[in-house]
Amino acid sequence: MKVALQREPIDTAALHAEIKAGSDGAICVFDGIVRDNTRGRRTLHLDYEAYEEMALTQMRDLAEQAIARFGVRDVVLVHRLGRLLVGETSVFIVVASAHRGAAFDACRWVIDTLKKTVPIWKKEQFADGAVWADGEPFPDDIAGVRP
Amino acid sequence: MRVRMRLFGPFKEIAPSADEWRELREGETVAGLLALLHREAVLPEKLLLASAVAVNQEYAQPSRTLLDGDEVAILPPVSGGRR
Repeated sequence: MKVALQREPIDTAALHAEIKAGSDGAICVFDGIVRDNTRGRRTLHLDYEAYEEMALTQMRDLAEQAIARFGVRDVVLVHRLGRLLVGETSVFIVVASAHRGAAFDACRWVIDTLKKTVPIWKKEQFADGAVWADGEPFPDDIAGVRP
Repeated sequence: MRVRMRLFGPFKEIAPSADEWRELREGETVAGLLALLHREAVLPEKLLLASAVAVNQEYAQPSRTLLDGDEVAILPPVSGGRR
């Protein structure tokens, strides 16, 4: 299992190659990249920021849960921080498993859960201004107080 | 007692000076701290209402009692991308 936050570009090919083992029948990869627009507004770059200590703990927990819940053999989960340009990888997930069904399911679950619970934020720099992206609403069990 | 407040993203940008140790009354809860932040109106209300709280780097329930030395983070919704 490999979990990391890093500022330098993610070497996706190396991570993909490293995970393979003889007992695997499937490697499922999710490569999240910076899109050139948000709802038609042209994006120049994104700045990612994290509550790093907590994000790492949460990411480790997600990888462990994915292995336990879906019965996959191994998970790699790497998120980049700092300034990212269009087309660069912001989050990279690799799941290795004996069979493809579990690999697909685990990979999908990891990215969907990460986007709701791992404390990472992004500021979008557009040609005509910058905004912090609207995040996903927190799941009910971790939401704050609604007066 | 004192807790270490941690702010991130839009909150940090709006109130960088609030990312600091802060004096609270003994027995203050997560909900009580949020109510205090609402009354101060330094952090934008809409974002505050959508936020979660982490105590010592774990998500915390509103009823959680804060202790001297706790690290308390106010976390705006994390930047997903719904699709």
